[in-house]
This record gives sequence, C-alpha cells and structure tokens, in this order.
Amino acid sequence: MDYQLIWGLLIAFSVFAYVTLDGFDLGIGILFPFEPGAENRGKMMNAVAPIWDGNETWLVLGGGGLYAAFPQAYSLLMTAFYIPVITMLLALVFRGVAFEFRFKSTKHQKHWDFAFSTGSLIAAAMQGAMLGAFIEGIDVENGAFVGGPFDWVSPFSIFCASAVVVGYALLGAGWLIMKIEGPLQDHLRTLTKPAILWMTVNLGVVSLMTSYVNPAYAERWFSFPNIIYLAPIPILTTGLLVWLWRAAQHRERTIFGITLAIFFLCYLGFGITLYPNIVPPTIDFRSAAAPDNSLAFMLVGAAIMLPIIIGYTAYAYYVFRGKIDDEGYH
Amino acid sequence: MLDPEILARVQFAFTMAFHIIFPSLTIGLASYLLVLEGLWLRTKDDTYLSLYKFWVKIFALAFGMGVVSGIVMSYQFGTNWGPFSEFSGPVIGPLMAYEVLTAFFLEAGFLGIMLFGLNRVGPRLHVVATGMVAVGTVISAFWILSANSWMQTPTGHILQDGRLMVESWWDVVFNPSFPYRLVHMVLAAYLTTAFTVGAVGAWHLLRNRDNGAARVMFSMAMWMAAIVAPIQIIAGDFHGLNTLEHQPAKVAAMEGHFETRTGAPLILFGLPDMAAGETKYALEIPKLGSLILTHDWNGEVVGLNDFPPEDRPNATIVFWSFRIMVGIGFLMALLGAASLFARWRKSLYSCAWLHRFALLMGPSGFIAILAGWTTTEVGRQPWVIYGIMRTADAGSPVAPMAIAGSLAAFVVVYTVVFGAGTGFILKAMAKDPRHAHAPHGEVTRTGSRPVADQTR
Repeated sequence: MDYQLIWGLLIAFSVFAYVTLDGFDLGIGILFPFEPGAENRGKMMNAVAPIWDGNETWLVLGGGGLYAAFPQAYSLLMTAFYIPVITMLLALVFRGVAFEFRFKSTKHQKHWDFAFSTGSLIAAAMQGAMLGAFIEGIDVENGAFVGGPFDWVSPFSIFCASAVVVGYALLGAGWLIMKIEGPLQDHLRTLTKPAILWMTVNLGVVSLMTSYVNPAYAERWFSFPNIIYLAPIPILTTGLLVWLWRAAQHRERTIFGITLAIFFLCYLGFGITLYPNIVPPTIDFRSAAAPDNSLAFMLVGAAIMLPIIIGYTAYAYYVFRGKIDDEGYH
Repeated sequence: MLDPEILARVQFAFTMAFHIIFPSLTIGLASYLLVLEGLWLRTKDDTYLSLYKFWVKIFALAFGMGVVSGIVMSYQFGTNWGPFSEFSGPVIGPLMAYEVLTAFFLEAGFLGIMLFGLNRVGPRLHVVATGMVAVGTVISAFWILSANSWMQTPTGHILQDGRLMVESWWDVVFNPSFPYRLVHMVLAAYLTTAFTVGAVGAWHLLRNRDNGAARVMFSMAMWMAAIVAPIQIIAGDFHGLNTLEHQPAKVAAMEGHFETRTGAPLILFGLPDMAAGETKYALEIPKLGSLILTHDWNGEVVGLNDFPPEDRPNATIVFWSFRIMVGIGFLMALLGAASLFARWRKSLYSCAWLHRFALLMGPSGFIAILAGWTTTEVGRQPWVIYGIMRTADAGSPVAPMAIAGSLAAFVVVYTVVFGAGTGFILKAMAKDPRHAHAPHGEVTRTGSRPVADQTR
C-alpha cells in the first residue's frame, strides 16, 4: 500500500476540515465589530459554542499528523513560520477562552468580546499569511531552514491573509444566517455582498500572482493539455461566486453551502499547484515521510477511528441542529 | 548573551507548567462529575444535581483553558524543537496522533452535549456524554504519558543511518517506566481534584456547617484523600525504584548522593552543590537511603560523581523539587488520616481545624504535580531522549531574539488570560453550591429554568 500518499491525503483532509469548520467559528469573531449589540453577540457566539472545540481539534490532528507522518516537513515549516505560528496560537488562546469568559464577566464583557474578535481576526490572518508564504516556498539547505524570521511577510502573503479573513467571514455569515432569524439575520445579509466582492477581487489577485511566484506553477496550469483539464476549476469558482451573489439576499442554507464549495475548489487549486511538494519549492512529500511502519501503525488507528469520529461529530451537530433557541446556551 | 537552548527550555517549561495545571484538574473532575450524575440518576437526590451543576461550570472553565494551552504544546515541538521533532517523529508522532484520534475528538465531541445538551438529549444520553468526556481525559493521559515515558526510558526502536525506526510498537508504547508513570500521574490528577473539592467544601462548611451540599462534597473528597493518598505514596515508591533501575543518575540527584557507597544515608535536607560535587549542610539518617532504594541496609547506592560531568542532571533543583512533592504527599495522607479520625468522632462537619487544614491543602495537588514533573524532567537532563539525543542538539535554528520575544509574549498572555480564568474559577467556587444554577441555564430536571437565570 502507498502509505505516504494515503497519509498525504489524510493530512490534506484534516487541514481542509479545520479550515472549513474552524473557519466559520473564526468568521463569527471576524464579524463581531459589525454587530456591536451585546445580545446579538451572545447569540452569534452561542451559534457555535457547543461545537467549536471539536472544530479546533482538526488543527491538532493536522499538526500532530504532520509531526508523525512527515516529521521533516513539520520541523521545517514550524521553524520557518515561527512568528506566525506562535502569534496564531496566542490569538487562538484569546479566542478560545472568550467562549467561557464572556458569559462569566459582566464588568469586562466588552474586553472579552474584543479578545474574541481580535483573536479570531489575527488567527485567520496568520493562517492566510502562512498559506501565502508556503506557496512562495521556504529557504532550505541541507535539510535545515536557512531563511530569516520575517521571510513569511510579502505582498503575496498579505493578499492571501486578506483572502482567508474575508473567506472565513463569509463562512461565518453563512453559518449564522442558517442558525439565526430576525433582524440580526437581515443585517448579516447586508454584510455578505461587500464580502463577496472583496473575496472575488482577492481570489483573482491571488490566482494571478501565484503564476508569477514560481514559473513551475504557471507551467502546471497553463501548459497544454493541463489547461483544458484544469479550466473547469476557475470557471466553476466564478459561477459559484455569481450564484452566491444572487443567493445572499434571500436564501438560508445555500450561502453556507456555496461558500464551502468555493473553499473546496480553492483548496483543490492549491493542491494542484503544489503537488507533490510538502515544503515548497524542493521537498516532496515522499522524501519528508516517516518510515512505512510508523505510517502503517497510525493508519490502523485512523482507519478505525476516523469513521467513528465523523459519526459522533455528526451526532453532536445533529443534537444542536436548527435555529438557536431564545434561551441560549449560557 | 541569550542562550537559545535555555530560552527554549524556559519557554517549554513555562507553557507546559501552565498547561498541566488544567488537565490535572479536569481528568479528576470529569470522573467526579460522572459519579455525581450517576448518583443523581440512581438516588434522585437533588443535592447531587446541585453539585453537578456547581462543578460543571468550573470544569468548563478549566477545560477551555486546558484546550487552548494544549494546542500551543502540540505546535511548540516544531517551532522550538525542530531537530527533535524530525528525529523523534516516527516514534512519538504516532502516539500523539493516537491521542488526538482516540481522546481529543471524543472529549471535544461530547463536551458540547455535556455542557449544553441535557434538555436536548435527556438525562440518559447526557450521562453517556459525561462518561465519554471522562473516558477521553484518561485515554489522553495514557498516550501522552506513554510518549513522555518513551523519552525517559526508550525501548522498541532501532537506529538506522541516524534515523529512528520502530521495531516493536508494543515495546514503544509499554516502555519500562510507562506503567509506573501512568498510575502515578492519574492518581495525582484524582488527588488534585479531591483536594480541590475538599477545600471548596471546607470553605463552605467554615461559613455554614449545615450546608448539605458542602457536606457531601467534603465527605467524598476526604474519602478520596484517606484512601488514595496512601496508595499514591506506595505507587510513588515503585516509580522511584523503576527510575533507579533505568535512570540511576536521576535518582542520585533526587537523593543528593554524590559519592557511591554502601549503607548510604538518607539525606533529609541539604544543599547539593554541583560544582563542589557534594551536598553541603546535609541532615542525614544513617543507612536509611540504602534501605529505601535497595531494600537492604548495606545496599550500594551509586552517586552522581560516578557519571561523567556532562551527563549529570542538576541536583540542586531535582533534590528540592522531589522533597516538595514527597512532603506534600505525606501531608495529604495526614489530612486523610485526620479526616478518618474526625469521622470516627462524628465531627467531620463541625471540626473547624480540620476544615482549615483542608482549605490550606486546596492547591497542594497542583504544587505536588509541578514539583514532580520538575523532578522527572530536569532529572532526565542533559538528555531530551534519555541516552539517545541530547537537549543541546534538539533546538530549532531560530534567532534567540525570536525565542525571547515569544517567551515574553507567552508570559504576558498567560498571566492575563489564565489569571482572569483563575479568578472566574475562584468566583464560581465561592458561590453557594446549594443554589448552583444549571450550567449555562440548561441542566434542570424539568427543563424549565429559574427566572433569575434568564439574566445570566
């Protein structure tokens, strides 16, 4: 069995699960500044309070899985992204504790709201910046990181950060429109249109810039016959953006669904751009992999546990289905 | 000059010490909540429900802080200890992956139902959710202690061209120190919870000795103290003997023994001086050291000076952290015994000095756990993987200023966030447990919520 490829796909799956699931949690924090009322903010937070912890666990599986399956990639990426990783972790600390602290605090509730929204914003921005820096590639010589601590900052990574922030905000808005009714839902709808515009521009810029970052990326997309096989991805994405624009006004579930589909296509696009590299531009996933017997040992656990995890996670979502009720959870 | 190795070690110790505090409480508290909810369902006595509601709020706060500080740990291996991660990944990585797959998802998946779902799923399924969370915390301890124990007593691996390969997963997971460490740590977590619960009960009894809910929690906690604290002392002794077999330098440092000799004394107190190679101002009991370590009056005890200087752990730290842990252990057993005496005299709920003693012992579990981990981790030095990889070779090639800056950020953020969290926990503990409202207004039998709770 090709354990290396299986684990590459499993980690890609974990990261995607994290990006979409914690994406909408973080998006809710990003939307906080646009919804100043304390009661509305309570509702928004309660729309994810019972499930956010499970969503964030995919981040641990992504990181832990990378450590176990591709130790060299984990070591190099964490070292190269030292500052954004630690900034993201600290931001997630603020974001995470705010779920509990906000409702325990009366005097300082505004402060924990600020911690929640700023933590969400910074965590999302760092993830986006790392994505950009990852695509641009990392300076590696003789298996060690030889770049500087701020190599991850570039115009491209800033555009990627902006794209992830607005993408998460849209996911969050989509989730809330499903879970919440009344004036708050109406107001959230008015926020989606500028967000869609912003995301469209951002996606266009990031896509074009990717071709300039590395000639190999342009070659992958624009050479014949790849261009024919790959053309459906940008075309579909454009179609979905148009559909999203139209759905924003009156649909309830479609907004979240379309945004998810757009995330999937973008993720697929990044995968196609980077394959088979796990530390661009030079280290492919096979050379960074742990020995096969480590991968096989873990695969037994993953094969048994992942379906069970997906099962009870789905159950937890099912328990908290529908519109959040007025009494709230807290 | 800033030494990157020291900075990275301080950062790891700092973030780890903050993190371990929360799981120490939540491992025990999850099981306690399961017992409380089970008792409530069986006896229909609402005191247990009040206690469940009271402690689940504290559990939620501690669990949240444990989660966010734990995610930091899972990434810090890579940011600060890249070469270690790359080298150890094939062996330790899968253990951590198993922890995520079998424990973290289980806890996180059912936590929402445990905290917010009683009305939606009913009491039967709710107690299952509480049980899943409790089981998850113990499974998590299983895997992470296996990984840590492998770093202390590595077995089951081979070195091939400088890379680690696993020969036997059984030997990796069940390495020689793991069973001892697992028992010692899980008991420690249960004791930590018992003394926390006992102190809260004692505090409420000191205010009003007729507080029924406070009586129940105090009595339950004191049973735990009386039974588990002596067991823990025995378990700790076995763990020490296991360490003597596999990490003799660590035990020599713990005991303050520099010279190898037969019939070695037990050094009660003193000041181990690494540079001079002796323990100064030692207060000794003759021959007792040999008796404890070898179970023979004239057994030979190896001293630190028999190890090359570059292989010696810092005895000054380890000697004292060990004594703090052991001293607290005996104080815990003493409180347990005192509670039995008071119970026999029928003054368990009226004996003010016992309550004051229990109140003082509230944080003792946390201090003992921190001291114990300091002993075992500093005692492992200068190795990160005992006998295989030195800590000096394990650090990432990161600019010292980046590590110093992130360390400062961790100190500031953790102080603010976990300081506030501790404040919320203390506030929740000070509320009268008899009037504990539903956790976030949900856990009530009838499904209706008290009016006062509508305002949160």
